[in-house]
Amino acid sequence: MSTLAHARYVMSENPLTLAAFVLFFLLVACALFGPSLVPYDPLATDVAAALQPPSRAHWMGTDSLGRDILSRIVVATRLDIGIAVSAVALSFAIGSAVGCMAGYYGGGADRIMTRIVDTIMAFPLFVLAMGIVAALGNTVANIVLATAIINLPFYARVARAEVNVRREAGYVEAARLSGNSNVRIIMLHLFPNIMPPMMVQISLNMGWAILNAAGLSFIGLGVRPPAPEWGIMVAEGASYIISGEWWVALFPGAALMLAVFCFNLLGDGLRDLIDPRMRT
Amino acid sequence: MWKLVIRRLLDAVPSVIGVVIVTFLLTRALPGDPAAYFAGPAASQQAVEEIRAKLGLNRSLPEQFVLYVRDLARGDLGVSLSTGQPVANEIVARLPASLELTLLGVVLAALIAIPLGVLAASRPNSWIDHACRALTTAGVSLPTFFTGLLLVYVFYYLLGWAPSPLGRLDPFTTPPPGITHFYLIDSLLARDLRTFWAALTQLALPAITLGLFALAPLARMTRASMLGTLSSDFVRTARASGLSRFTVTYTYAFRNALLPVVTTLGMVFSFLLGSNILVEKVFAWPGIGSFAIEALVASDYAPVQGFVLTMALLYLALNLLIDIFYNLIDPRIGFAT
Amino acid sequence: MDRRKFIQSVAAFGATGALPAALPAFAQTRSETLLVTMEFGPNSLDIHTVGANRPAYGVSWNCYDRLLTFGKKTLANGTVSYDHSKLEPELAESWSVAKDGMSVTFKLRRDAKFHDGTPVTAKDVKWSFDRAVAVGGFPTFQMKAGSLEKPEQFVIVDDATFRINLLRKDKMTMADIAVPVPSIFNSELVKKNVTADDPWGLNWTKSNVAGGGAYKVESWKPGQEIVFVRNDAWKSGALPPLKKVILREVPSAGNRRALLERGDVDISYDLPPKDFQEFVKTDKINESSVPIENAIWYVGMNVTKAPFNNVKVRQAIAYAIPYDKLMSAAFYGRATKLWGGKAAKPDSPAWPQPHPYNTDLAKAKALMAEAGQAGGFETVLSYDLGQATVSEPIAILLQEALAQIGIKITINKIPGANWRSALLKKDMPIIINRFGGWLNYPDYFFFWNYHGQNAVFNTMSYQNPAMDKLIDAARLDSDPKKYEADVKGFIEIANSEIPRIPLTQPWMDVAMQRNIKGYQYWFHLQPDFRQITKG
Repeated sequence: MSTLAHARYVMSENPLTLAAFVLFFLLVACALFGPSLVPYDPLATDVAAALQPPSRAHWMGTDSLGRDILSRIVVATRLDIGIAVSAVALSFAIGSAVGCMAGYYGGGADRIMTRIVDTIMAFPLFVLAMGIVAALGNTVANIVLATAIINLPFYARVARAEVNVRREAGYVEAARLSGNSNVRIIMLHLFPNIMPPMMVQISLNMGWAILNAAGLSFIGLGVRPPAPEWGIMVAEGASYIISGEWWVALFPGAALMLAVFCFNLLGDGLRDLIDPRMRT
Repeated sequence: MWKLVIRRLLDAVPSVIGVVIVTFLLTRALPGDPAAYFAGPAASQQAVEEIRAKLGLNRSLPEQFVLYVRDLARGDLGVSLSTGQPVANEIVARLPASLELTLLGVVLAALIAIPLGVLAASRPNSWIDHACRALTTAGVSLPTFFTGLLLVYVFYYLLGWAPSPLGRLDPFTTPPPGITHFYLIDSLLARDLRTFWAALTQLALPAITLGLFALAPLARMTRASMLGTLSSDFVRTARASGLSRFTVTYTYAFRNALLPVVTTLGMVFSFLLGSNILVEKVFAWPGIGSFAIEALVASDYAPVQGFVLTMALLYLALNLLIDIFYNLIDPRIGFAT
Repeated sequence: MDRRKFIQSVAAFGATGALPAALPAFAQTRSETLLVTMEFGPNSLDIHTVGANRPAYGVSWNCYDRLLTFGKKTLANGTVSYDHSKLEPELAESWSVAKDGMSVTFKLRRDAKFHDGTPVTAKDVKWSFDRAVAVGGFPTFQMKAGSLEKPEQFVIVDDATFRINLLRKDKMTMADIAVPVPSIFNSELVKKNVTADDPWGLNWTKSNVAGGGAYKVESWKPGQEIVFVRNDAWKSGALPPLKKVILREVPSAGNRRALLERGDVDISYDLPPKDFQEFVKTDKINESSVPIENAIWYVGMNVTKAPFNNVKVRQAIAYAIPYDKLMSAAFYGRATKLWGGKAAKPDSPAWPQPHPYNTDLAKAKALMAEAGQAGGFETVLSYDLGQATVSEPIAILLQEALAQIGIKITINKIPGANWRSALLKKDMPIIINRFGGWLNYPDYFFFWNYHGQNAVFNTMSYQNPAMDKLIDAARLDSDPKKYEADVKGFIEIANSEIPRIPLTQPWMDVAMQRNIKGYQYWFHLQPDFRQITKG
């Protein structure tokens, strides 16, 4: 079956996966083009129009400083997806590189890497992220760094396990015999084969990175104001739930939930697409 | 088996050492100056220096580390600057609150997720399967503090079904005599059903908030595991022998599919334990998560170090227990060397 | 109890509705107890301990006596407040100032006893005063504000007579004796618990009350709740009506509001201004609103850092601030405005009072040009994370407004411990902060906030010898006319130099159920349970 036909088959079997892919493209489109399409400047305050419920002028209402919530949510997409993608890319790159080397070379390198990974895993992860951001300062870069560090172990472990299993495989032997350097073998031969389990992890982690940033915002360690970011909008909006201004928290909350939901389902879908043997 | 247990414990030692070192460095890297914080708003530079000397923070880092490790060896986790109590006492006092909450959350999640997973596995790719997946994934897609606040708004503020979010017990109920310090167990042991009910209703909302987060991994693992078991040879034989669907699914497949689910339960439990900080904050729960957050914001080193160390030890102990349990139940599984 | 019996009893319990039967007793206890919620509770039971927080002052206030206390007055809006000009007896039955004005003698009440039954004598009073000036930190600093500095000043005349020798004629001395710091400790009890490196027993009093006040601490779970019970043997005033008070920590502001609205708590502290604005409109919740004396929210600029060392830049900023928007979006109207005054030269010596600037972007731009800063500059605006409810909207609005005169601001939110040390370092160029002083005198405020002695509160690092002269003179002025002139003098300098731009005078808003009566505003902003009645 061709890839496209296979893809179509998987989607038809699983409407949720289709929905997830559509949502994903929507999110990417929002991130790329959103800021130029929004009706209001997400940073422009209008105190006289503060805390207005959804209306024709403001489809999702305004927040406590009169800023248009819809515009802020759309613009926040870029920041949130950016945080998720960079954090996961960073931890994936470093984690799998380290894991591959440990799995391939074994011995001392393997033991050291396992120790480090185990140490990170033994931490209550959210507290570790909190500690890192508190220590280094709450900039976007540090939030990305903190999220990347706490997600490292997953990739390192999976990479190590998969490379370890395939280390003695026939095609690896063949590659070695034809004179490929170790690094080349790892990068060109082993790495592509361990991608399937990693892909699932990647999309799950993207969702988790966004939730992590939201949690940090709730404590006060999130991105700096006035930057619109879903997590911080939810954290601020949470204090208006009881007084009845539900829209301040609900819309960013829905956006956040949809994005994380999408990433979670995407992981399942990608797994079905890439490696039918591991379909859940 | 004991040899394996000891080997596992020894294996865990370097991780613990790593945790101790990293936490120490991390807390010292926090930009806040606890001496300035505790000297109070009126302190002059000189007064702050005096406090710093009193707190032992003017010594060099390696010196402080050595002192810390020496105290640790004696079981002394230091004193919390913000509450003035020894950290070890605070942790022991607060740990049952977090454990009880997390346990109840995991149990609730398991009660819902496992049957859902079985249901989804018995009808793969049907609308039930998709609905289960959508439901559980939705639970894990919202930040816990948001879910918690929403639940408080709907069930306490609007409907009045839930009791006031004032912590483990409302202010007018006295805690049961402390045996396990798990209010549910202690109140039953003391035959005080009113307190049991009070504690249970206070636990309901926060446990549901936590449980929602655990639904997805549990349901997913159950489904995957069941699917694997349902397609195995012995189940095929059972079906072919004409056993009822119920017997096949529950007596044969389910029992054997439970093993990976148990591992996931353990993982979920330790993950929730470390991340219930936000839930504790929302529900004013006096657990060690809220203790750690306040300490972190105040740059109060000792509680943060104590908290992280406790969590790390719990995590390692839990993993060990799961491995032992696994080994006891399934003789096919030997420890990977 | 075996399993069967357990199931049976649970079923029986449910069937007979044992829970409703238990309710009447439950309800009765509820009506005799006051339930208060706060964002965070005391971190110590003794105000003298290092780093005692504000709720800890409240514990000291209710569980310890002082020699004197303040009387009360009713404000225009009907709220009852303490009266800083009326001193009344508490532990001291009477007092008299010596003819030369250099000492005060107190006659102690003879029937006063500490919680453990020990009679209160002058030696306890001296020990407590000695402790207050010796422990350092905030307590000693506060004592100094009233010229109470050396143990030699405190003299035991006899068991029931105590004298304070004054170092100078400081009009704040008497008021300073009635603040929470010079609480009277049960010296014998504390002395049993001192050690070599803790000669004042601070480690013990941190978690144990050694006082004789109207309330005792029944139990304290740090970080959770503290329970007070009435001291039925209290003699230093009328016996309080409330028998029991429970103070619970509830970190989430939304939940504190929900609890109050549903009637599950009696008094809620630390609610955001928006909630009060809404409570005022309904009849369900009562609030008490009092402008906090001698307190201001301000934008402070570090005058040692360019370009804030240029008065024109500071004035430009003062003209650029969107005051009305701030009042609406940050304070929700729950504050007194401190801008738009008539002129830099004040009419009265009242403090706080409005400065003469208001929102006028044209003037602001002109001043920036005059200062040579027409092209603008970049800077970092910092504020305390703990005050974010009010500070953050101010910061965002400020960022937007100052951008229009060319100042590009990066917002920096600083968590708890870092904020204190950052204030000490005095290297933040521009900040949003709040300051309030217990003693309601303008010279007190200016001494700690503007004087060249450069206390930590002088966040602007402002040094002006001319102003210092006026402040120093005002502190010791006995002639009211000269005092007024000096005060007006330094206020005028503050207005024209504007190193610190006052924004508003905050209000102390406390929300409570309608059946709570007798609530009284105190300068320490903590509840005084002795006056409150329920139902």
